[in-house]
Amino acid sequence: MLSVQDLAVSFKTRRGDVAAVRGISFDLAKGEILGVVGESGSGKSVTSYALMRILDAGGAITAGDITYSGLDLRRAAERDMRDIRGREISMIFQNPRAALNPIRKVGHQIEDVLRQHGRATRYDARAQAISALEAVRINDAEARYDAYPFELSGGMCQRIVCAIALACDPRLLIADEPTTGLDITTQKAVMDLMRDLIRAREMSSILITHDLGLAAQYCDRIVVMKDGVIVEQGDPVQIFAQPQHAYTRKLVDATPRAGESIRSLLPPEDRRDLVDHMVQDAPLLDVRNLVKTYQGKSGPVHAVRDISFVIKQGQSVGLVGESGCGKSTTSEILVRLMDATDGEILFDGDDIAAIPAKGFAKNPRRSDIQMVFQDATDSLNPRHTARHTIGEPLRQLGKLKGPALTARIEELATLVGLPLPLLDRFPHQLSGGQKARVGIARAIALEPRFLILDEPTAALDVSIQAVVLNLLVDLRAKLGMSYLFVSHDLHVVRLLCDHVIVMKDGQIIEQGPASVVMNNPQDAYTKALLAAAPKPPARRQSA
Amino acid sequence: MQTHTYPRLRAVLLRVAQAIPVVIGVVIISFLLTRALPGDPAVFFAGAAADEASIAEIRVALGLDKPLIQQFFIYVGDLLQGDLGQSISSGQPVASDLANRLPASLELTLTALVLSCGIAIPLGILAATRPGSWVDHLCRVLVTAGVSLPTFFTGIVLIYVFYYLLGIAPSPIGRLDFIYLDPDRVTGFYLIDAALMGDWETWIGAAKQLVLPAITLALFTLAPIARMTRAAMLTALSSDFIRTARAAGLSNRKILYGYAFRNALLPVITTLGMVFSFALGANVLVEKVFAWPGIGSYAVEALVVSDYAAVQGFVLAMALLFVALNLAIDLLYTVIDPRIGFAAK
Repeated sequence: MLSVQDLAVSFKTRRGDVAAVRGISFDLAKGEILGVVGESGSGKSVTSYALMRILDAGGAITAGDITYSGLDLRRAAERDMRDIRGREISMIFQNPRAALNPIRKVGHQIEDVLRQHGRATRYDARAQAISALEAVRINDAEARYDAYPFELSGGMCQRIVCAIALACDPRLLIADEPTTGLDITTQKAVMDLMRDLIRAREMSSILITHDLGLAAQYCDRIVVMKDGVIVEQGDPVQIFAQPQHAYTRKLVDATPRAGESIRSLLPPEDRRDLVDHMVQDAPLLDVRNLVKTYQGKSGPVHAVRDISFVIKQGQSVGLVGESGCGKSTTSEILVRLMDATDGEILFDGDDIAAIPAKGFAKNPRRSDIQMVFQDATDSLNPRHTARHTIGEPLRQLGKLKGPALTARIEELATLVGLPLPLLDRFPHQLSGGQKARVGIARAIALEPRFLILDEPTAALDVSIQAVVLNLLVDLRAKLGMSYLFVSHDLHVVRLLCDHVIVMKDGQIIEQGPASVVMNNPQDAYTKALLAAAPKPPARRQSA
Repeated sequence: MQTHTYPRLRAVLLRVAQAIPVVIGVVIISFLLTRALPGDPAVFFAGAAADEASIAEIRVALGLDKPLIQQFFIYVGDLLQGDLGQSISSGQPVASDLANRLPASLELTLTALVLSCGIAIPLGILAATRPGSWVDHLCRVLVTAGVSLPTFFTGIVLIYVFYYLLGIAPSPIGRLDFIYLDPDRVTGFYLIDAALMGDWETWIGAAKQLVLPAITLALFTLAPIARMTRAAMLTALSSDFIRTARAAGLSNRKILYGYAFRNALLPVITTLGMVFSFALGANVLVEKVFAWPGIGSYAVEALVVSDYAAVQGFVLAMALLFVALNLAIDLLYTVIDPRIGFAAK
């Protein structure tokens, strides 16, 4: 149905042409769901834009053929392409909220597509748009017709994007990271919905994702891309069981799943022995009846409702839950950037909740409690070098200067595995993994006893995530820190943490040792979370 | 729409209420500032031959002998009755002076703005859709020229070329040539009043007078509007939802106007509001060059002779105008962007 031969795409940049896709070929059969998997920069999204001929300015197909049902898409006139887009081939994008026009009612956005392709007239457009909304299982479609994207949740927005894409019954659906940024249960709901619709309408589909596990679960066949070329393609089970290419092997290894150790995320040659970290019985942090209530526009918002837990010295505690469950609020209160409404936080027996967040920087406890932030890029000052960033807490709180400061910075860089020559680079000159290392080095500069990790690997590719997670495990053993690991990825939490806390709607609904909570969850919500996580097929036997 | 009426009405009322302290502040500040100006109106109006006694007499007549606070309360009391005082230089009530001259300034400014929007917005859109093309370069040249040429200079050049050399334009002697009679006053806008009377000859006469000063001011206001339109369109066109619209096969027209331009409108309207404010101020120079009987030249003349009442009246009128303008822009926001109406709740 779709055949791509030796497709090459390049972009004109100030530094000359950059080849994003370098000669890829694949076929898509009718009714098939093809997964295109790769890490950032692999050219997977560019491939899909090239298929639709919606490359950004400066991008062009430089070689190859795209044939769709006998039609040459590369050479088709722009006019014809417009008829094909949305009617024959349509597309779903990542970040659904941004993918919708923010100031147009969602119903009207669906109508735009229907009327563009002559599927509806002015008189029946509304009814058709509502039935398109119903097709993507939106409750109360009649009322949602008048909603604006900002009034809807992320999952709901993605359904609307689906409705727009499917409104004209296309025969090929391209989904570009459709669930990135969605909660895990929402991800499952959206993916299940997409699969059901694709099967029911006998469409073909291309699923572009960085998540090998997700692709394996929903696709009939997988194509693995790296640096603009296809390195491997085949059956999902086969790819997991016997990856042929070294890169695929690395990717398979780095995909977290049940029943593995954290070292097995790394390629076999990098797996050193794990040093056990010591967990003592004495509590380091004792949170009692913590409450946080905001004054919202429509009454008070109960972000955290009366939660209590204990983190022992040397222990790693995982805090999991979906967006809006209060996990970020909790971590911000613990790191003392925000004041609690009520409750106690006993750190080493002292109530630090009583110290206002504003003045906490001057408190001697400041250096004991540090944080690694979610977005490695946004949490670094773009005008400071890595050296400056890592040295900041040392100058401010450690009162180090001169050679002592330089020595300590270099010691920290070595500790987190950041090559010393990179210390004088600015964040935009560093890769994602290197930026993550800078963020970690800054957080551990003052030898904190308690480190809060707020989704530290969420923005990283899986292979880099594997390295960063292992670094965190090594640092924990070396420095004896306690971790609070905030994450939505249950597999990662299982690998890294001793104890797990599950939050929902500002409350703790289940907590206990990681092995117990993960293998034998008691609460229905925990069970649902675990069930929603993608389950990659078994991997090959470790060599 | 119907369901939003109530919160929207509340937002409007809230917005109006917020303007009240601004107006009170303007009343106080304009009063104090005019008093702080150097020069004594009593001395000025007593004339060159006046002695101490006649100056004191005039001072008493003007109420300037009373303590400042008492003068202020008298002023506020009069203000509440709609009395802006008497202009000493023109001898007319300030209120009627303003009523005569404000429409002249507004007519000029609004015409200029309509003209410059008519050119700047399409230019900005074209420049944004074809970055690096000749339209983009033309846009850049116009923008640079527009901001770097002072209005009095462009005004004089235009007069020189079109009146003196080519003789196409009428002589720059105000709103209407002597051969026409002023149209009956309804709105004070000559174009509208003449049209209402059906007197098209006068209408054309007034329009002819308006063309050159309006172009002068338009050239000046073109730059920020074109630049903002271009930037806002570029941002909008690179958003994710434009990609969705393209992937859905929507026509270029729909994408450009229905999707991108409506999203780009907010910053453009913000700029428009600012441009309107500074155009009213920049008017003074244009009015002087074209002998336009507007509010700007009136204020300058009043300021020179320390005509307190007139200056205060001018500042107050401008402040009210700006408050009304900002209110209108805020309301436009809520119409364009549904997200804002909810934030104002």
